[in-house]
Amino acid sequence: MKRKTLPIIIIIFLFFCFFVFLKGLNNKNNYIPNENTGRKILSFTAKKLFNDQKINSDELFVEKNFYLLNIWASWCVPCRAEHDTLMRLSKNNLIKIIGLNYKDDLGNAKEFINSMGNPYSEILIDKDGTISIELGAYGIPETFVINENKIIIKKFVGPLTAQSLKEIKSLIK
Amino acid sequence: MNYFKIIFVIIFCFFSFIANGEDLNDKLTNKISKNIRCLVCQGQSVYDSQSDFAVSVKLVINRKIEEGYTEDQIYEYLKNQYGEWIVYEPEFNKRTFFLWLLPILVFFVGGWLIFKKIKFLKL
Repeated sequence: MKRKTLPIIIIIFLFFCFFVFLKGLNNKNNYIPNENTGRKILSFTAKKLFNDQKINSDELFVEKNFYLLNIWASWCVPCRAEHDTLMRLSKNNLIKIIGLNYKDDLGNAKEFINSMGNPYSEILIDKDGTISIELGAYGIPETFVINENKIIIKKFVGPLTAQSLKEIKSLIK
Repeated sequence: MNYFKIIFVIIFCFFSFIANGEDLNDKLTNKISKNIRCLVCQGQSVYDSQSDFAVSVKLVINRKIEEGYTEDQIYEYLKNQYGEWIVYEPEFNKRTFFLWLLPILVFFVGGWLIFKKIKFLKL
């Protein structure tokens, strides 16, 4: 009796392992950090893209009820894709769009804005990418929706789409 | 001539002290970045990766060390930013206690089985 039960247990165990791994194959391997919303936006100082002047972020988040902080670069293809959405959103008076130019050639960045239009009320430079890290970003484009208390209420990883535009509009109502 | 020697020794000590200080910061940056996962090229540590994300994280770690942050404070800071997954070593909590205790449990059960076997063979 004992001789028969042991191979059966081993076979059941192997089948169990097989199905656990089989199920594991369907799981996504890429880890995406939590949205990490509900915290106050970090205060930082950065240079402006067009006039080389230094500005503290606290001076930017003062006039409106809602702000959109968009991290972008001229070399980033998805940033081109979302630019149209940002242009449409810039027509909305309830929100102020601030751009953070990430690890870019400044000439290319200016050319990008001049040729595709400027949806930003201010563009700051993040030359070494450390401001983006301190903001909790890990790739570009990334967009933060910030309220009047400087709290991040929503974060979009990847390019903004028509769906994201709807979400933003419902958030700032 | 003696004055010259004294000045030389002072300058030598001063620069070696600065060089050593920088070296310690770099060593700590390397140590910490080896324990941090790169979120862009997952499977590589920040130390090994040359992605934009990893290069910037290394700069941030170095800056935090210069600001006087301890190693644990830097891990805590990065965990707050990106979640616990960013560090290779999971912390001991109610979700991970089984992961930590399983090897110890296996060790004791194995030891007990060997002990029993030896006792059985002696008899």
